[in-house]
Order: sequence, then structure tokens, then C-alpha cells
Amino acid sequence: MHIVVCVKQVPDSAQIRVHPVTNTIMRQGVPAIVNPYDLFALEQALRLKDEHGGSVTVLCMGPPQAEDALRRCLSLGADEAVLVTDRAFAGADTLATSYALASAIRTIGREQSVDIVFTGKQTIDGDTAQVGPGVARRLDLQLLTYVSRIVSVDLSERTIVVERRAEGGVQVLRTALPCLVTMLENTNEIRFAGMDEMLRSARCEVRKWNREQAGVEDVARIGLKGSPTVVSKVFGPKSRTEKADIEVIEDSSVRDAALNLIQKIFTRNPALEQDLVERTVS
Amino acid sequence: MSELQAPAKKPAGRAGRNLELPEHLKVYRGVWVFVEHDRGAVNPVSWELLGEGRKLADLLGVPLSGVILGGPEEGLDRFASEAWAMGADSCFVMRDPVLKGYRNEPFTRGLTRLVEEHKPEIVLLGATSMGRDLAGSVATTLSTGLTADCTELAIDPGTRALAATRPTFGGSLLCTIMTLAYRPQMATVRPRVMVMPRRDPQRTGTLVEARLDLAEASIVTKLLDFLPDATSDRINLTYADVIVSGGKGLRKPENFQLVRDLATVLGAEVGATRPVVQAGWVETERQVGQTGKTVRPKLYIAAGISGAVQHRVGMEGSDIIVAINSDPAAPIFDFAHYGIVGNAMQVLPALTEAFRNHLAVRARRAA
Repeated sequence: MHIVVCVKQVPDSAQIRVHPVTNTIMRQGVPAIVNPYDLFALEQALRLKDEHGGSVTVLCMGPPQAEDALRRCLSLGADEAVLVTDRAFAGADTLATSYALASAIRTIGREQSVDIVFTGKQTIDGDTAQVGPGVARRLDLQLLTYVSRIVSVDLSERTIVVERRAEGGVQVLRTALPCLVTMLENTNEIRFAGMDEMLRSARCEVRKWNREQAGVEDVARIGLKGSPTVVSKVFGPKSRTEKADIEVIEDSSVRDAALNLIQKIFTRNPALEQDLVERTVS
Repeated sequence: MSELQAPAKKPAGRAGRNLELPEHLKVYRGVWVFVEHDRGAVNPVSWELLGEGRKLADLLGVPLSGVILGGPEEGLDRFASEAWAMGADSCFVMRDPVLKGYRNEPFTRGLTRLVEEHKPEIVLLGATSMGRDLAGSVATTLSTGLTADCTELAIDPGTRALAATRPTFGGSLLCTIMTLAYRPQMATVRPRVMVMPRRDPQRTGTLVEARLDLAEASIVTKLLDFLPDATSDRINLTYADVIVSGGKGLRKPENFQLVRDLATVLGAEVGATRPVVQAGWVETERQVGQTGKTVRPKLYIAAGISGAVQHRVGMEGSDIIVAINSDPAAPIFDFAHYGIVGNAMQVLPALTEAFRNHLAVRARRAA
């Protein structure tokens, strides 16, 4: 079985610091990591490999330093790593990103056909959850999003059964391989990288593909040019016009502050007081 | 969204990038809301979107439509009547046995076909597991722009384009995104971000029947079963009336019990920030914010929460926000209604005690 896992390198802190005055991003000193959601996808891929044999290829699109993210995946047990890196990809939105990734997966598949593509449910920096569905659509793969459990994979029948998180419950879905699975978080325990694996990963080659090598044919569909969405402005949140009514505690007044607060809340919304009283009674 | 926004600055375009709407796409007209339903009930986010869609449609002077896909026995006519009552002028209804129970492939085919045939300029979907799955597939099929998890929708007066605002950079800042040269413009919005519209039972509209013509045999994915969550494990944060939330300011997981104690006295749900969830202090389902749940309770008490944008966008629609934080400069005081500057570990027990006494006295008086 050949599995491709798409990963993204993201800033370590989900909460990027913003300069309070200029509202600009302060990137200095924020280390880069593998998108945490993608690690659940990688772990699931490695488990399927442990069970069924085969190999796992990790794929990342990003700047040259994203190689570190791929090295981390290799140290966890991935067999091959491909970094798609080219300035032509810069400024891509989710539509353009899915085009580039789909092209690269097609190229990988020409060497060795792909049975399952895994992604995390979303990234922690973009939070869109749109790239997985986009890649599936472009490769005409069956799409299984928000998967909480792989129930079974039958390689002779070429079928897969999964549980998919939906509103108010779980869908049990069966589909045919090849397919694309976006994995939910906390669905498995991510393994530790052993010393042998770490040493192996240091020796492993990360293949770096530019646009042509990745098999991207239409330059009008990648990068900024291939992105239908346009960021028209970036701004910080506004303060509420109504100033907060704030009480500062001097040590002894905790109880008074609590009593005052309750008074203010229930004066503002007397019906809420009634609701809460009824709840207490029942 | 209540009024037209000031014209956005012309985006910094780069050579070769088309930012003008091509002539053939100018026929796209109307605002659509995908009406999401499952096992006999419409997800309330669809009504919230019809409320918001109504405002956008009125600003543009175009009709608002609900789009309903489902099986022939799923009561779709009832949903259409409800959509009219919630503000839709018309409903597109696609009935087919293959549309019973959500699956990506037939729904993607159905919605894509409807868009291609009727050419709406805006398509809105709930940012649910169904809406996000479907929106990503349809937008890619149509090669158009899709903006996820918007917190505000407006119309840019200069271009008449949808100006969709969402948190960016992991929720540290907000950005406004537009799709200028492609149609339709697609966006997803999470439950509770928009206000539920007032229902008008007198309102009616038109109904357009549409066909899918897709044989079950040609659909690869099969829905084998649906396992509903046990009611006991259901955490109903999204539609809770009162929420008490804790952040990293509580310092230790043991101190989170103080949040639970207050919640118990108020019959409230317990919420948390992303760092608290990531540290494993509470379940993922309790996370409030951009990557968690959006809530609009009558009362939201935030203890030891600094008020980062990522958290703020998930709760700023609450009627009353109370912030307890030892740092008087914490951003949460910029958008709270009431604040106590003090140590949450001392304030929470005092507040729990005071609420308990207050409610007990009132309850006795009522009895």
C-alpha cells in the first residue's frame, strides 16, 4: 500500500504575536513545526503501513526551510519525503494550493500508484479545512473528511470503511480506494521518534521539486495568480464603544466585588435572574 | 453587518493578476444559502445564514434563495416553508433518493449543477462538518474563491463584491477577503456567529424543483450507518445560555475546578481557551474561539482569559461579558461589559458563593 501524507510547516505558536501599535506580525523567534493536526494523519498512515505493509511518502509545499518539517516526519517513520518549493507558488490561496499539491501527488503516483492520501483536518495557521477537499476534487478521489477512526482497509477488495464525525453523531462510510482522508485530532497517540529512526532520517534524502518537477502544468493556476481570493485589508480588532465597568480588587473587597457584580448583571438583565432562579428550584 | 463598509483599498495586485469581473460572469445574480439538514432537522446555522443573506440581498437588490438537497421522504417542503419564513424569497429543491443522508459526491454534483444552471453571485454555507466538506469540493469544481469561517459579511460598495472578514494568522488579526474576478463568491460561517432572524410565518415564496439524475450504482461511497452521540456526552456549548470559561491564567489544571464550581451553581456550560484545551485540562468540545465553538450566551464569564482575537471572535456576541483577570491591561477588558481586576483563584470562589446565596434567597422568596 502506498500512502501520501500532506503536511504543512506552520509557526509553533498558534497565537502569533502582533505588534500592539503597528498591528504587524512579529515573526522573529517563532519556531516552525509540523502542523499538529497533520501528525495525526501521519500516525494513522504509519499504522496502516505497520498493518498492511507498503510505504508512506510525506509531501509538503513551502519554502526551502520546510525541509525540517519533512525530516521530522521521516524521523517518525515516513519512507520518502517530497518538498515542492518554488517562488511561483508564493501567495497561493487554498484553491491554488490544492492545484499544486494535486499536481505533485499525480507526479508521485506516476512512480508508484497512490492508494490513500491523508491530510490533517486543517492547519493551525490558516484554519480553513479547504485544501483536503480541493485536492480530492482535482484528483477525482473519494473524499472522507473529519475521520475519527479507520475501521478497516481491504486491499484485495480495494475498499475502506471509516467513521466520520458529523453533527450529533458519527457516519460510518464505505468507499473505494484510492481516496483522500482528512484525519481528526486526538484520534491516535503519536509515536516517539526512536534513535534509529532519527539517524535514518538524517541520512534520508528529501526530494526538492520545483514547479516543473512537481508536474505543475498551468502556471496561471498557482501562486497569487491562481488564487481567486484577494486579501483587501488586515486589521486588529476594535474596542467596544461602551467602556467596560471595571472594579479593581484590593485584598479585602473580593466578596464586595462579587456582590456588586451580581447586582449589575441582574440589573442589566432581570429575566436572566428569573431563569437562573428557576433552574435552582428545579 | 449593518451597513455598507467604507470602500476597501485597492488590493496590492501583482502583474498578470485579474482583479476585474469578466463580462460573462456579470450575469451571476442573487444570494444563496445552503439549507443543511440531517435526520429530519435543519441545522439552525442555516436560518442564521438566511438572516444574514437577507441583509446582503437587500443591499444588492437581488433575491435570496434557500437551497435544499435531500431524499424524497425527508420533508423538504416543510424546510422550504420554514426558509421563506426566515427570509428566503425562493427555494431550490433537489429531491433524489441518493441525497438521503449527506455524502460528498452526490451533494457536490447537485449543488454544482444548481450553481451552473442558476448562477448565483453569492453562496453561503454553515461551517459545519457538512458545510465545509461540501463548500471545499464545490468551490474547487467551480474554480472559484471560498472564504472559511467568516465572522462578518458585508458588500464592498465599489465592486459590489462580498467582503468576508475572518481571523487570520492563527486568530491574531482579522482580514477582509474578496473574490473579485470569479463567481460565485463562496463563504462558510460558523453556527452562532450570525443572529437568528425573526421568524415571519406569514412569509411565503416560490419553489423551484431541480433534478439530479444520478444513479445509486454510480456513487462510490456508501453510508452504512449513523451512530448518534449519547445524549449524556453531548456538550451543548454552542447554544448554552450561560457559560463560564477558564484560561491559562488559572495556572494549574486543578484550579479549573473553580470554573466548574461556578458553572454548577449557575447551571452553566464550561468553556475554555485554546491553550487550556491544548494542555489537556478539558475536552476539545469545550473550546471557545475561532478553532473551537462560537457562542452567544446571555452571560459569559471569562476567568483568567487574556482575550486574544482567536478567543474573542468565538464569544464577543455574548449579551453580557464578565472578565476576571489580574492584568488590568489584558485585551479582554476592551470588550467585556464588566470586569474584575483580581486573582481569578480568589474571585471565582467568592463569586460562586455570592451567586449561590443570591439565587437561594430568591428561590425561597419565589416558593
